[in-house]
Amino acid sequence: MDWQPLVLTFKLAVVTTAILFVVSIPIANWLSSTKSKIRPVLETLVSMPLVLPPTVLGFYMLVAFSPENALGNWLNEYLGIKLIFSFGGLVVASVIYSLPFMVQPIQAGLSSLPSTLKEASYTMGKSKMTTLLKILLPNIKPSLLTGIVLSFAHTVGEFGVVLMIGGNMPGKTKVASIAIYDEVEALNYAAANSYSLILFSVTFVILLLVYLTNGGYFKRFAQ
Amino acid sequence: MIRLNLKKTLQSAGGKMVLDLQLNIKKGEFVTLFGESGAGKTSTLRMLSGLLRPDSGTIEVGEATWFSSQENIDLKPQQRKVGYVFQDYALFPNMNVRQNLEYALQKNQDSAKIEELLEFAELGELQQRKPETLSGGQKQRVALARALVQRPEILILDEPLSALDLKMRIKLQEYLLKVHKKYKLTTILVSHDIAEIVKLSDSVFELQNGSVIKKGAATDFFGLNRTSAKFRFSGEVLKIQREDVLYVISVLIGNDIIRVVSDPKEAELLEIGDRVFVASKAFNPIIQKI
Repeated sequence: MDWQPLVLTFKLAVVTTAILFVVSIPIANWLSSTKSKIRPVLETLVSMPLVLPPTVLGFYMLVAFSPENALGNWLNEYLGIKLIFSFGGLVVASVIYSLPFMVQPIQAGLSSLPSTLKEASYTMGKSKMTTLLKILLPNIKPSLLTGIVLSFAHTVGEFGVVLMIGGNMPGKTKVASIAIYDEVEALNYAAANSYSLILFSVTFVILLLVYLTNGGYFKRFAQ
Repeated sequence: MIRLNLKKTLQSAGGKMVLDLQLNIKKGEFVTLFGESGAGKTSTLRMLSGLLRPDSGTIEVGEATWFSSQENIDLKPQQRKVGYVFQDYALFPNMNVRQNLEYALQKNQDSAKIEELLEFAELGELQQRKPETLSGGQKQRVALARALVQRPEILILDEPLSALDLKMRIKLQEYLLKVHKKYKLTTILVSHDIAEIVKLSDSVFELQNGSVIKKGAATDFFGLNRTSAKFRFSGEVLKIQREDVLYVISVLIGNDIIRVVSDPKEAELLEIGDRVFVASKAFNPIIQKI
């Protein structure tokens, strides 16, 4: 069996999740505390990947990043970045595609904290940054964990966006979900089954760990 | 001297309310804001501490201007020296008692303050405990000690004792008085409990629909000087019963229900739910609407 698609899948999921974690905290923090009028617009944009067919997202990214167009051309000319049919492009697409899975749990967690926690910290002379890092985030650990795991699992399961923007290039953009499709096309059911079983088991174990942790089963067991 | 001159349109449960009030509080005073829920007490405290921005007006503390809509001054809550004890205590759940206090330390501040406050608030044995394992009274003491770490000039107490039982309230009231004197604070309390107000505060401001409708020294405020009574309690009328030519009025004082005889003229002025004083001169009790 060729392990490369699986390695690529998990590499993509790790990189995407790490980027999403850093990007989503400020977005979620802003969304949970702002009274701005553009908030519903931004919330809608963040949530769009939940309902939009992945192929739509992939199609527009394909067009936007194409060297034929202004954005893609600019990226290529000035930064030397080629996002189409490359691992970098997959990461960008996955970050956008999995954004709601990270932002929404963190936003919900932050909104559920009483606002007096934040206010108490401010009256003690602490900055917004200190308050976020030392008070708010440590008190929404279950939400952070949920966000990390959901985005990781969602990226592992990605298919449409990857196919549109990454194509099917072994070692570069051929992730496990696409490899499965490939093997089935070639009537190679045994190989497809191996990939599928591994994805199935890994995602099952990850999700199970989250539910056990957030449900406090480990703590009860430790006592 | 703290001078507040505030205007703010608030969205309350009963619709729009315009808060428009002037308050002068002397340095070192223990002041109570009294009034119905939604009268604007908490909003006033939040504006003083910088958590809510007034629409217009000024906030002056001593020589400093904390807020002025005309001069475009608005100090952040971080820059105002205010210790705030929230109604829900707002203890940080991820930190134990000691860490809650330590978090409030200012840059380069000596941590000896922590030891002093832990001892003063009798929290020494609880210092490694997380807030969720503490009783209401203990949480209250932590919140108060934490608000004092940064040596505030002004201490704000938003209904700090309302969630506690009577015994704990009385104990913590004495504790609040001790804190106020020891640290030479200007203390602003929100309370509904008349006994508590009389016991703790120098002066009282009554708020209604966003304005000060009455102010005065605590003892004068509730008409305590109108009778030369020997002892006096405040309570709530529970029942008014007619018995022949007299009325028997049941009054809830603390956790006790007492029955007081009243003549029909006085009883007619009373309704169930009224706040009253029950006072006695030597032998004949007096009941009087407040």
